[in-house]
Amino acid sequence: MLQLVIKRLLLAIPTMAAVSVLVFLILHLVPGDPAIIFFGDQPVTPQRLEQVRRQMGLHRPLAVQYLDYAGGVLRGDLGRSIHQGTPVLEEVVSRIGSSAELAAAAFGVAAVLGLALGLLSALWRSTWVDAAAMLVALTGVSMPVFWLAAMLIYVFSLQLAWFPASGFGGLNRLVLPAVALGFVSSATLARIVRSSVLEVLWQPYVTTARSKGLGESTVVRRHVLKNAFIAVITVMGLQLGTLLSGAVITETVFARPGVGKLLVDAILNKDFPLVQGTVLFVAVVYIVVNLLVDLSYAYLDPRIRFE
Amino acid sequence: MHTSIRASASSEAAVSGLRPRSPGREVLRRLMRSKSATLGGTILVLLVATALAAPWLTPYEPLEMAPAERLQPPSIRHLLGTDVFGRDLFTRILFGARISLQTGLVSVTIAISIGVPLGLLSGFYGGTVDRLLMRLVDLMLTFPGILLALVIVAILGPNLLNAMLAVGISASPIYARVVRATVLAAKTQTYVEAAHAIGCANARIMVRHILPSTVAPIIVLGTLGVAGAIIAAAALSYLGLGARPPEPEWGALLAESRNYLRVAWWLTTFPGLAIMIAVLSINLLGDGLRDALDPRTQ
Repeated sequence: MLQLVIKRLLLAIPTMAAVSVLVFLILHLVPGDPAIIFFGDQPVTPQRLEQVRRQMGLHRPLAVQYLDYAGGVLRGDLGRSIHQGTPVLEEVVSRIGSSAELAAAAFGVAAVLGLALGLLSALWRSTWVDAAAMLVALTGVSMPVFWLAAMLIYVFSLQLAWFPASGFGGLNRLVLPAVALGFVSSATLARIVRSSVLEVLWQPYVTTARSKGLGESTVVRRHVLKNAFIAVITVMGLQLGTLLSGAVITETVFARPGVGKLLVDAILNKDFPLVQGTVLFVAVVYIVVNLLVDLSYAYLDPRIRFE
Repeated sequence: MHTSIRASASSEAAVSGLRPRSPGREVLRRLMRSKSATLGGTILVLLVATALAAPWLTPYEPLEMAPAERLQPPSIRHLLGTDVFGRDLFTRILFGARISLQTGLVSVTIAISIGVPLGLLSGFYGGTVDRLLMRLVDLMLTFPGILLALVIVAILGPNLLNAMLAVGISASPIYARVVRATVLAAKTQTYVEAAHAIGCANARIMVRHILPSTVAPIIVLGTLGVAGAIIAAAALSYLGLGARPPEPEWGALLAESRNYLRVAWWLTTFPGLAIMIAVLSINLLGDGLRDALDPRTQ
């Protein structure tokens, strides 16, 4: 297992390096002079422009500039926001709490709903329960998360006044965004839980469990669910991308001060250092969590460990 | 030689009393057998028809303002109500269908025209080309969901065309992956070996002999991709990074409705329902196509 952990960690390093190159290039791929972009819409004298070019090191070869940037990143220096003038790292770190809270809660909603829907439809296959659960799942896949979010706000905060419509802090501000984001992910999960449970139900070891006289509920709990959980973890690893990018949109709808909203605002303000910093952060989180998912997968399913 | 094989095949079919089915017809027959795919296909056809016939289905213009009739709830005069400028929402959603459906199609076309050649080259040549291209694909897939699209829009600047490009580019790695896998399987077939043996050029083998085997997975992926692209493009518009008001693109309609949620529920409800119905019907059709084209279910 330790060997596997080390191998996977080493494999992640080149990926992260490549991601950093891509993120570094963002500023240089934007049409126009990075120094002019730095000033945004402010009027600027040519002397001042030249000065900033020197400061930003734009006269040096691109490779040198990249090494400089990468060195900064390794030391925790992601540059400064153009608009606020604050260090990008500080901005991102201050937003992590809100986003982590949302992601965790949405993950919980998705896992519970997805498992429930998937199990229901698999165990009552080809009945109306199955059809209803799969219809719910298909609707979830086809629904834009920002629309679901807006409808939840309309019903539960504007009409019923059960939850606040926006902001961050406290459980009651978390419920609606978590449900909106979690529901969309649960739909994909439900479909996969269904097919993996159906597959497991016909395995010889389930037949064995039944034939030795175990009750159906014990069979499901002990033999079927365990395998369904493996599917949940793999899918959630894949769904994490949906969850992270969904969080970008959900945070905007609910005006939650998270990393996603920071990114969208940075793009709208053309604050490129901030865009670079947030993108780098989200990509690294994505890589790290996928790594953890891979490892926990191997931990849960011994067959993978010995491959 | 060629004709004689054909002749014997058709005479054999005549003997057994069966006409040889074209693969397209066979797929269509299997597709029709699936209730949900038929339903999805029917809704989609209706949607496309109403989008095309939009000017004849409504007495209003999508940008026509009527200050006297602002924020009217749904009624006989305005089926789905009006917005803050008195524009008819039903009309705007109908015309928006043109934009949103087109956006989905264009994005997927972009994704296919980038992803398929990459996958084809990667799978066919293997070696260094394959390693480099697949490294690039992996790198693109490191950016979750619409994050890559957001980055591309940030670079190109926010407007509808760039949003389509962004959605298309960020979806292309999946096509490259799937095509590469199909090519790897097709490459080892005897007919490809035969084509090599009679001296076909690589380009000809790729296009004439290998590309056809990738058509089925591309159709399935592309159909489901249109659904995803409609949502992704709507999301970009909603964030203010795609189509801009007053364009009646569905995501932009939802963005416009944000400040009126309290006073005009219809402005949020109906454009979202339109997206959902369109995406749901495409998903149903795509699922049906996957089953119909999958040789394992034959």
